[in-house]
Amino acid sequence: MRFVKNLTRTPYYVLTGGLAIIFLFPLVWSAFASVSAQGGTSQTDGFGFGNYLKLLEYDAGLGQFILNSLIVSGLTVAMTLVISLLGGYAFARFTFPGKNALFLLVLAILMVPYASLLVPLYVLLGNIGLVDSLVGLSLVLTMYQLPFSLFMMRISFEAVPAELEESAMVDGCNSFSALMRILLPAVQPGLITVGLFAFFAAWNDFIAPLILINDSAKSPLPLAVANLRQQAMGAVDYGVTEAGVVVLAIPCIVLFLALQRFYIRGFMSGALKG
Amino acid sequence: MTTHAVADAQKLTTAARPPERRKSTPWMRRRARLGWLYAAPTAIFVLLLFVVPLFTVGQMSLSDWSLLGGDKGLNAPGNFTGLADNPLLWPSVGFTLTYTAIVTVIMLTLALGIALIVQEASRWNSFLRTAILVPSALGLASASLLFWGLYSPNIGPISPVLEWLGIIDEPMSFLGTPTAALWSTVFLVVWRFTGFYMLILMVGLQGIPADIYEAARIDGAGRWQTFRRITLPLLRPSIAMTLILCITGSLLAFDQFYILTKGGPDNSTITIVQLIYREAFQKFDLGAAAALSVVVLVALVIINVVQVRALREKE
Repeated sequence: MRFVKNLTRTPYYVLTGGLAIIFLFPLVWSAFASVSAQGGTSQTDGFGFGNYLKLLEYDAGLGQFILNSLIVSGLTVAMTLVISLLGGYAFARFTFPGKNALFLLVLAILMVPYASLLVPLYVLLGNIGLVDSLVGLSLVLTMYQLPFSLFMMRISFEAVPAELEESAMVDGCNSFSALMRILLPAVQPGLITVGLFAFFAAWNDFIAPLILINDSAKSPLPLAVANLRQQAMGAVDYGVTEAGVVVLAIPCIVLFLALQRFYIRGFMSGALKG
Repeated sequence: MTTHAVADAQKLTTAARPPERRKSTPWMRRRARLGWLYAAPTAIFVLLLFVVPLFTVGQMSLSDWSLLGGDKGLNAPGNFTGLADNPLLWPSVGFTLTYTAIVTVIMLTLALGIALIVQEASRWNSFLRTAILVPSALGLASASLLFWGLYSPNIGPISPVLEWLGIIDEPMSFLGTPTAALWSTVFLVVWRFTGFYMLILMVGLQGIPADIYEAARIDGAGRWQTFRRITLPLLRPSIAMTLILCITGSLLAFDQFYILTKGGPDNSTITIVQLIYREAFQKFDLGAAAALSVVVLVALVIINVVQVRALREKE
């Protein structure tokens, strides 16, 4: 019986298995291409890490680029978490004049094309010395995370029963200590989701650093790997590019697999339903 | 202090009730101040990094403003009328619309199909979901760089495999002709984003109550009928959201074309956002770039309002 059932399901497994292979193949290939021998790359003979060694020494060095990316991602995640924690609390628990207008204004960020804002931001940040600055870049990336993260934190707070903080206030907590002691643990899953999305956005963003960062030593990793193609004395080195792709992809894939539950939560919440 | 907190707590529960406009009490004024205090970081960010740049882009669009020289006075409506003189404007508008139509149709159909297949809970399905979702963890720029190698004549594996199988005689060019470049990019984008849309649609599917399907089955509805008459209508909010996200995202495409095709061959794959980038950072004309930005912004707002209306009315 089970055999018959499996047999009728065979086309299903062929179809879905094929899909899985198509979606996984490019990832597996890039890892393979980065260590295998290819003409015109730094790995011409057998398998090895020639491409990675070249990447280590390229321009300011792989270490510098990873550090830049970590600084930008760290700052963006930290700022996004603090702002959306406080903001989500304000929008979920307080009534104040201008509340709805401010919330709509935050959501309006989604309607404005990225490039439309980056041109004036380039000039404005330039005026205050924040062009070519990882801090300036992080500020811009944080602003772009606000619609999703504020929405997410607002509904996270709204899902916590009000009695919880009421009893804390009866015990003499003020609103801030109620937030930090009582509410923070309750909204922690929401914070993880917000942090995860902020990390993905900051680690991977390309157009913002392309416009806001001119100094190649301050490039985050995606920009550095994209720029790396242009030099190398006219000859295009595909091997080192794929090595760069692998370095870029590994943290994202590891985090994704480890925190998939929280990633999917971001979709369940309705925060994307705008 | 404690009695005050009790009063706070009581009012907190009544605050949600509909407006019996009471006079603002000291307690309410205090809560309002606190609310503003917690919302202040958000407000400051939005004001300085969103509202101010938005006004600046408006001002730039009316000014003669170069990248290095700065603001050199009024130039209205010169920047806007000048847009029409750009020979790349209409080709890029046409290309962006074509690309958006192709990506939206292919990706959302595929995402819906896959969502229907993998929604049942089983180990194999959860593996499938993960496999299809993993690419969406990659950045679009990383994915574009990956496919740039994958499509390359030097190290790309696809051509050799097809030649070995005897399907093609000579190496295939993935980025060499305008058509090939377009479809190669479509494949990349479908690969990168299908999981994302699958997930939105799957969440929508799981929100449809099982007893509705049960009732349809008892009434003798076939598979196709069930899909047409039950799944599709009830999935409308999720489909509407994927449509809006996909259309907006595709109209603003940049990374994939900047990295993979570099707008080529022969400027055949230039999108509107790439045109903004070129005006600003290759022609150093921020005024023209801002004018184009304003046009795109207005067009996008109109498109989204129309979409939201159209998708709501039929409900």
